[in-house]
Amino acid sequence: MEFYLSLLTLFGFRILLGLSAYVVILTGQISLAQAGFYALGAYTAGAASSMWGWPIFPAILLGGLVGGLFGLLVGFPALRVHGLFLVIATLAFTEIVRMVFLNLKYTIRVGDRTIGPAAAEGFRGITYYFQNGWSSLQIVVFTWLFVLLVLLAFWLMDRSRAGAVLRAVGEDELAASSVGINLTAVKVAAMTAGGFVAGLAGALYAHYATYVSQEDFGVLLATFAIAYALIGGTGSVLGPIAGVLFFSLLIDGLRFLGDWRNLLFGVLIVAMMNLRPHGIIDVGLVRRVASLLRPAGGRAYAGD
Amino acid sequence: MLAIEGLSKHFGGVQAVHRVDLQVRGNEILGLIGPNGSGKSTIVNVVTGVFPPTEGRVRLRDRDITGWPPHRVLAAGMGRTFQGIRIFGGLTVWQNLWVAQKAKSEEGEGGLLRRWLAVDRASMKKIEATLEFCRLRDKKDELARNLAFGEQRRLELARVLAAEPDLLLLDEPAAGMNAAEIEDLRDRILALKQRGKTVVLIEHHMELVMGIAERVAVLNFGEKIAEGPPAAVQDDERVREAYLGHRQGGGQA
Repeated sequence: MEFYLSLLTLFGFRILLGLSAYVVILTGQISLAQAGFYALGAYTAGAASSMWGWPIFPAILLGGLVGGLFGLLVGFPALRVHGLFLVIATLAFTEIVRMVFLNLKYTIRVGDRTIGPAAAEGFRGITYYFQNGWSSLQIVVFTWLFVLLVLLAFWLMDRSRAGAVLRAVGEDELAASSVGINLTAVKVAAMTAGGFVAGLAGALYAHYATYVSQEDFGVLLATFAIAYALIGGTGSVLGPIAGVLFFSLLIDGLRFLGDWRNLLFGVLIVAMMNLRPHGIIDVGLVRRVASLLRPAGGRAYAGD
Repeated sequence: MLAIEGLSKHFGGVQAVHRVDLQVRGNEILGLIGPNGSGKSTIVNVVTGVFPPTEGRVRLRDRDITGWPPHRVLAAGMGRTFQGIRIFGGLTVWQNLWVAQKAKSEEGEGGLLRRWLAVDRASMKKIEATLEFCRLRDKKDELARNLAFGEQRRLELARVLAAEPDLLLLDEPAAGMNAAEIEDLRDRILALKQRGKTVVLIEHHMELVMGIAERVAVLNFGEKIAEGPPAAVQDDERVREAYLGHRQGGGQA
């Protein structure tokens, strides 16, 4: 049971991370900065709860806000670069964040313990959950509260004009700006929202793990964030969930295959990209399911 | 309505457009013609802010809009369609118009959030009416990329109309259309004029331009070589040369 609860918690972080990449990908941007936002969220929220004595809820929220703030800051220069150049620029951001945390030493002593980011040794003692005697179930519920809130917010956004505008920018920037869409505002807003959600994910992860280190927040994490969204599909907010399930089942479910797992992993990803180039849950699938669910002769509504 | 003054656009050493002056009057249909590569599309792109001019000014209703980004140009009242079709294929027909719809604050009941999250009745009616005008109403829930070619063309027009510009720059709207579709387009452009719109028609299809434009401007090698009523322009020696080559040169067509 404990195993499944912690798996469910892990899924929560991964889904949030996938969603943070999803909102950016909708605007046609591929960003490797999500790992940097995640790291910033993890360190600030960890410091807030374990060093500054903040209650857990504002601490997590602070992690999200710091992620969002850096999303805003990265968003503006990112406007000037496209495609592969954006990938490289955002990767540089993630690496800079990692380097800063590799060197940041800011610790306090609580009793006989040292708490705080201790440069290369990482950040120990983010023990809010354990000090307050939270059970695994409580941690799952708390994590998923955020996951469900973000899912709900994104789902509403997707049905709204805002969602259509994000997708329009992702499809054709020139056409979008020529029909009156302010590209700067839309792309920066997407990056900010993505930063906020990645920050939340990092904040929640730090409290679950109790120990974080810059090693956890490198290019691999950033790649997974994109992979969750792309393999899962950008047709709906359910896409990143499908992506997380796909990867998690591959990683954890195929362990019995030993070394063969890595081979199969590669084959499956190549196969997926061939079978469903727009991800598992693409726009076409969303529409087919929607038309099945819609009562016959029912009024088709524009929002979906 | 629109005043283009001494507009030049050079790409490296290439003078795509060179010192063009052009006045567009309110509620007229102006034809802008010229051989391939004469700078027609470049003018549209510079005027609508896709790229800045090398020199010259663009004024829209006494406002200097030179160098404004496309979304501000549109907000100022000038919209355009593209030479190649550039619709949002992954969005439905309805959504294509929804994203373009002018968000006028005076009409929106409720605040900013509401305007973005919900569709109010007035905007919905407007979109439906525009779809009706472009004969796309029965397609409104289709994905745009699944539409037939002619329908995609109509959608591009419908989308820019949803933004309610007063001045429309139509960049080769008849390209690839058959005779019946061109006839249909003609009626629609005339209907737009009836509604008080100003239309600049950039076109290769002479019959269409000469049939509905009140004035025609002719470009060749990035320079304006003639301007006037269709009949006068058709008889202009320089225009004939531009299209047919020099008479003395042995009739190279």
